[in-house]
Amino acid sequence: MSSDRIGLNRRHVVAGAAAAAASLAAPSVGRAQGGPLKVGVLLPRSGFEAGIGQDCQRGVAIAGPILKSLGLPELSIMDGDTESSVETARARAAKMISDGAQCLVGAFDSGQTLAIAQVAEQNGVPLIVNIAAAPQLTEQGYKFVFRNFPTAAMILSDAFTDQKEVFASVGQSPKTVVFMHVNDTFGTAMSKGINFLMPKFDMPYKILDEISYDPAARDLSVEVTKAKASNPDALLVVSRLNDAMLITRELVKQRWTPQAIMSMGPGWYEDEYFKTLGKLADGPLSFAPWFDPNKKLAQQLEAALGKAYPGVNLNTNHVYTFEALLVAADAYKRAGSTDPKQLADAIRATNITDNASIGGGIAFDAKGQNMKVKDGGMQNRTGKPVVVAPKEAANAKPEWPLKPYQSRA
Amino acid sequence: MPFDVYLNVAVSGILTGLVYGLMALGLSVIFGVIRVVNFAHGEMMSIAMFLAVVLFSVFHLDPLIMMVPIAAVLFVFGYALQSGLINPFITRPEHSQFLLLVAVALIIVNVLLIVFGPDARTVQTSYAFDSFQFGPLIVDASKVYAGAAAISVAILLFVFFRYTRIGIAIRACADNYTGALVVGLNVKHLYALTFGIGAACVGAAGVMMTLIVDVTPMIGPTYTLLAFVIVITGGLGSMAGALLGGILIGLTEALAGLLFTPSAKSMFAFGILVLVLLFRPQGLLGKRAA
Amino acid sequence: MAAIAARLTDGLPRQTVVALVVLLAALLIAPWIVNDYLITVLILILYLAFTGQAWNIMMGFAGQLSLGHALYAGLGAYISAFLFTSYGIGPWLGFLAAAPVAAACGAAIGFLAFRFGVTGVYFAILTIAFAEFARIGFDHLTIVNASAGLFLPVAQFSHNDLWRLRGDPTMFYYVILAATLAALVLCRLLLTSRMGYFWLAIREDEEAARAAGIATFRYKMFAVMISAVVTSFAGVFYAFFYNNLFPEQVFNISQSIQMILGPIIGGVGTLFGPILGAFVLTGLAESLNDGLTAFGIDMPGAEQVFYGVCLLLVVAALPEGIWPWLARRCGIAGETT
Repeated sequence: MSSDRIGLNRRHVVAGAAAAAASLAAPSVGRAQGGPLKVGVLLPRSGFEAGIGQDCQRGVAIAGPILKSLGLPELSIMDGDTESSVETARARAAKMISDGAQCLVGAFDSGQTLAIAQVAEQNGVPLIVNIAAAPQLTEQGYKFVFRNFPTAAMILSDAFTDQKEVFASVGQSPKTVVFMHVNDTFGTAMSKGINFLMPKFDMPYKILDEISYDPAARDLSVEVTKAKASNPDALLVVSRLNDAMLITRELVKQRWTPQAIMSMGPGWYEDEYFKTLGKLADGPLSFAPWFDPNKKLAQQLEAALGKAYPGVNLNTNHVYTFEALLVAADAYKRAGSTDPKQLADAIRATNITDNASIGGGIAFDAKGQNMKVKDGGMQNRTGKPVVVAPKEAANAKPEWPLKPYQSRA
Repeated sequence: MPFDVYLNVAVSGILTGLVYGLMALGLSVIFGVIRVVNFAHGEMMSIAMFLAVVLFSVFHLDPLIMMVPIAAVLFVFGYALQSGLINPFITRPEHSQFLLLVAVALIIVNVLLIVFGPDARTVQTSYAFDSFQFGPLIVDASKVYAGAAAISVAILLFVFFRYTRIGIAIRACADNYTGALVVGLNVKHLYALTFGIGAACVGAAGVMMTLIVDVTPMIGPTYTLLAFVIVITGGLGSMAGALLGGILIGLTEALAGLLFTPSAKSMFAFGILVLVLLFRPQGLLGKRAA
Repeated sequence: MAAIAARLTDGLPRQTVVALVVLLAALLIAPWIVNDYLITVLILILYLAFTGQAWNIMMGFAGQLSLGHALYAGLGAYISAFLFTSYGIGPWLGFLAAAPVAAACGAAIGFLAFRFGVTGVYFAILTIAFAEFARIGFDHLTIVNASAGLFLPVAQFSHNDLWRLRGDPTMFYYVILAATLAALVLCRLLLTSRMGYFWLAIREDEEAARAAGIATFRYKMFAVMISAVVTSFAGVFYAFFYNNLFPEQVFNISQSIQMILGPIIGGVGTLFGPILGAFVLTGLAESLNDGLTAFGIDMPGAEQVFYGVCLLLVVAALPEGIWPWLARRCGIAGETT
């Protein structure tokens, strides 16, 4: 390479940067009239949360035709990857808005979502949160942030209610549990909430021991041995996918089948769990945000997903990501404008009753939180989760106790 | 807490430690002989894990049988990596090597992500959930197999480095780089061989790992760090040291998890590392550097 | 004032000074020209330039390889955020509280390492170990919400409050720009000081430096402590810009790695290397993202693969980094310390 080339290149770079700067100096928020609404979807599709981010993306992929069939206007989706990092999430959000996004959707992780929320708020572009349970999101006084997902406290309250319904239905209940939880943002929030909320619900069981473990745990044999040593009737769990599989394997290897496994979060109902563990996957109960299998829209989603991704069961990730787009399209239809301010006003006035998730539909309170969203109680049955609580959303009766792992062929 | 709980935890900790040791053996060879800071170690292992998963799911080839062929593939990979990419770096400062291998790690992780997707993969062998029971003691069968593999690989390496001509030549390079050049050893080839052997070890370890954990593209980094902790604790270039380091870390983490809160157990592993660095910098079984 | 300016520019070639002034002018007027997205990117660049310079004091000047600088940034972030959320103490006073803690941690690690003769890769691993201690420790520290995360209130603001660091990205941009400049000046002053020469002597040959009568232990300690304090300010900035902290995120080894990529790519031990490296790397990441989008490639992971390949090519082709090579090409001598 000659030094002339270098000089030229350098000048090119400078000139190019100036041109780029000039072209980007135009007003940042796109105000195009008519046409599809530009929605920027930000998800952690690479990095350590890639699995869930890409799963959520499936909800985006099947959304188009379903929204159309509901008579809603078209959305133009801009795909974004937060790379599971707060810094990237923030930069990508700013980029999408400068590229003309009129509404943002994301971002599964509470930290990344909070970073995006600040950009959305500063630019006056609405952000519809698909999944993120940290209460702080809707406690900041934001005017442009909306969440159609329960907070940690809501998840817990519903979990206790649904558990009691299950106990009543099977006529049995555990007297003692060991509470195992992953030591991450969600796990710690749930652990704090449980000590605060459990007395109010007069639960039949008491917690013998609380075991928190590392989210990056490579091995949970000690944790399970410790739980087994307390000899509880059931296991109460807040986990992720990886650790849910590790715990199950250890239960089998250590030849211990508790009466029940009651999870209050993700992991146990996910496809990977079924695929990896086969017959050993059946039995655990999950109390988590879920879809109502009796609702028409949920059935429509299930069909579309099954067609686009054979072998993938519909789950929370798909449903709530889809519903975030549903909220955007519905608001766009009513606002009749892509102006972010008018769009935000329309989102605030949302009242969707024919949705897919459990509960009374989608409407936001003054803080931007949907208080009508409800958890479900699911049980793993022959390779698929079925809903056993609450009654209005159930499509099966709960089974109790857990079938011993050793007797499964 | 009853005694049998301690017994179960201790045995499980030792076996887990042996598996860690198996994984660290490869790094002990690479870091101990070539002195390359292989920050892509865990990522190399994840390549082997994915190979094992694919061979199992497509051809139903048992990981225990595929251990040798996959180790061979990783050997070729390691040889090529060292002779094609890393070799110019062996005389460069550590931060330069570090950056190179961080880049290699980044590429491996994301190529795996593109090719295999982010989901956890696993092999479902008929013996995946077996355990042996001796009275109150229950032992995980997969860990016993992996532990046995760790000991065999360590013995093989020991014999290789002690009794074969190439092994002795490689040790000569490690002891005295300039001297090896002077007496006419093909150092570049020997280093590539060494890196290949290290990669083969971590390949074998990866295959055994698939019996115990699920593989995702993002699994690498935690194992890289763990491998460094074990190798430094055990002593560079010492095969028995790597196993001992693994057992010590595995046992400590297990007991710390039982007696304290499990989520803080890796703090104890780092605690051991710091103590070793300060008071026995050559590692438990390493020899004093000249 | 003039004396300081003279000392700062003394020995720098004229064209370097001119280039610096032009670059500075461009950065100063940037908020009027570019949009919010580019400001966000520039903040990220300057943040990495700042931390890169801080790390460079320890590694580039005094030759001590740290792979655990997330520790100091994390301490700065957590201490200032804790004081702000619990007692309403502003970030600048928070920094005054965090700086001594960071310095003390740096001193403790340095003392152990240098007294016990832990050097090279071993020293690097030791720094990782302490950063991991902090990560796991803060994961269990309930006073700062443990792993649930510490959140700063993002009040609705009508004006920029520089004292409490609440405001729009433009304000943060100027804060980090000023900090980066201050760090550059500090590095320059340090390098041309007595201590700077001692550091270089230690970096080149510690035995010889000791033989020449330099108190190597003391000067290495100074390097670690200064580097730690400067890095802790980056943490304060991080806390107030992003407004949420998780131990898993701020103390993560990936943060430490991110901090050192810029200076290594730019040129370890040089004044401008860390800054140039930050521009090149962040610019690269963003343009890769743009390029892939332009080609309609929506493949998670592809961007990082290209990024890794570029890193690999640069480090293989330019072992000393981009800046020393560029300086030679442009005929700027004397900046390859």
